[in-house]
Amino acid sequence: MTATILAWSVTAAQLMLVAAMACNTYRLIIGPRAQDRVLCLDALYVNAMLLVLTFGIRTGNALYFEAALVISLLGFISTVALAKFLMRGEVIE
Amino acid sequence: MSHAENLPAWAALLVAFLVLAGAGLTLIGAIGTLRFRSFFERVHAPTLGTSWGTGAIVVASMILFSVLGSRPVLHEVLIGVFISVTTPVTLMLLARAALYRDRSEGSSDVPPDHLADKPDER
Amino acid sequence: MRRILPYPVLTASLVIVWMLLNAFSLGHFLLGLVVAVGASRAMMQLEPSKPRLRRWQLIPWLCGIVLLDIARSNIAVATIILRGDRQARRAGFVSIPLDLRDRTGLAVLACIVTSTPGTAWVEYDSASGVLLIHVLDLVDEQEWVDLIKTRYEATLREIFE
Repeated sequence: MTATILAWSVTAAQLMLVAAMACNTYRLIIGPRAQDRVLCLDALYVNAMLLVLTFGIRTGNALYFEAALVISLLGFISTVALAKFLMRGEVIE
Repeated sequence: MSHAENLPAWAALLVAFLVLAGAGLTLIGAIGTLRFRSFFERVHAPTLGTSWGTGAIVVASMILFSVLGSRPVLHEVLIGVFISVTTPVTLMLLARAALYRDRSEGSSDVPPDHLADKPDER
Repeated sequence: MRRILPYPVLTASLVIVWMLLNAFSLGHFLLGLVVAVGASRAMMQLEPSKPRLRRWQLIPWLCGIVLLDIARSNIAVATIILRGDRQARRAGFVSIPLDLRDRTGLAVLACIVTSTPGTAWVEYDSASGVLLIHVLDLVDEQEWVDLIKTRYEATLREIFE
């Protein structure tokens, strides 16, 4: 019984995270300015990382953790590079 | 979810609640990015997902793997620490970039440069 | 001792991260120790300013307060988003004169302010020490100035200065 509840709530959580990613993607497309797009790209990375973690909870496979860690690392680096680009017009000075 | 059959009831319910709470907070934050009107209001929205949204899901994952493996699994803490340290850095960089861009366009929505020039704020 | 381990806290946390990522065993402890000592010696070449911790006993207390505040403002911001624009809400910038000068303390304050939903660190002028933050639900400016100064800045000054 509790296993069924857990399975349904993980499914619901995954649907919510997908809906959150859809909201972020919509804002990413409509903008209006470059900083809004970068902000939503960062949020999209975090939401994708959370989605991978919920896949790990669903399957009970610890390998998803490594993928989530790599996604959060890449998201951080890319957002910092993009923010620096917005500020200065170039990434490496 | 065959592995969840061996899970005690309290752990299953706790994990279910935490996962739902985390995903719900993240969704509310994402809705916030759509609803707010200016960039500086939108900066606040993703922090819902990156603070307790991430925290709840990470704790859920820790509880699940600790109870299943019957030894404490702590490496998910790294994701929580990493996200909570890096998100402020990215948001701060973005806010400064946005402020710089708005100022260089002469926008009236942001305070002018050289706050220090105003004597009453020292 | 100082020459071998220039940054003991950094070395210890690197060893812990290494063992969290791999396994808690003697072999991984030794391997992680080698990596951590190498990394902290590489850090010495960069010569960053060394942070001084005066009263580290206050750190767990500060962490507790921050986690509680983040949870509270999570609920506040979630209510604002769900309620929509039916009620008047004013967002705006607040400038706060800070007395905290320690760079590590300022970095920690920036992390606290930005990771709390509802407040975002925008700009800090190191010459005059004036901090500019953006607040989502601005009712009373003085209230926010008092909150930052008494709740966080005073504790951070005790820890770092």
